Amino acid sequence: MKKAFPILGVVTALLLTYALYQALVVAPTEQTMGDVQRIFYYHVPSAWTAFILFTINLIASLVYLATRKPDADIVALVTAEVGVVFCTIVLVTGPVWARPVWGIWWTWDMRLTSTLVLWLIYVSYLVLRRFSSGGETPMLAAALSIFGALCVPFVYFSIWFFRTQHPQPVIGGGGSIDPRMLHVLLINWLAFSCFAFLICWSRYRLEKIQREVEQAHAMQSLITPRRDR
Amino acid sequence: MNRYLIAAYAATWIIHIAYLATLVSRYARLRREIEDLKKSR
Repeated sequence: MKKAFPILGVVTALLLTYALYQALVVAPTEQTMGDVQRIFYYHVPSAWTAFILFTINLIASLVYLATRKPDADIVALVTAEVGVVFCTIVLVTGPVWARPVWGIWWTWDMRLTSTLVLWLIYVSYLVLRRFSSGGETPMLAAALSIFGALCVPFVYFSIWFFRTQHPQPVIGGGGSIDPRMLHVLLINWLAFSCFAFLICWSRYRLEKIQREVEQAHAMQSLITPRRDR
Repeated sequence: MNRYLIAAYAATWIIHIAYLATLVSRYARLRREIEDLKKSR
């Protein structure tokens, strides 16, 4: 496993470089929006990656609630944290794309607002994890993550249920896309998924070690007073 | 190249690099804690 990490790191770096080249050079220029449409190749894969991470967070939380296995709790924490990073990118690149195309940075449209709510739920999840030290914190966080995950399909399908300025989903939403653009989109998604997996793996190891160190500190604080006596 | 495109791509990588930097600093702090634990034993 230790050897796999650097190999995956190199593969991911190459994939990200190739995906960037595809997005900036190979993908055809969109006729109406021009070059600014290329934001799509970072915006959409980041959103999909965040949705997948939040779904894994839900599964891990449910496993934790059912089994109380610490590993499931770590997976839930890690996927929420990395998911928030990707969701932040969606919320930053979206307005940067909206400004030249819609003429505004932000509008309180259902897709945008629900994405912001989703981000806030997971930020509150991380705040809860960070500042609450009680033994029931993982359980409370797992319960909160269920509400967060319920928001994911709502965000995705909000375009169907409400009148919105946001374009239709590329896949499964009735929107059409040039096959060359779809190819570049999928390459970027693959690259970002590998990158997300790599970060999650690294963060998982960090959390594991951190918990072991905390346990060692606790053991030491139990032993130290006896030495003083 | 379009300045909005550059801004979006740059923002994406700044966010990723900032997050990776926090991970690296957490690793460094943890390594120091492990060293302290070893010394105190």
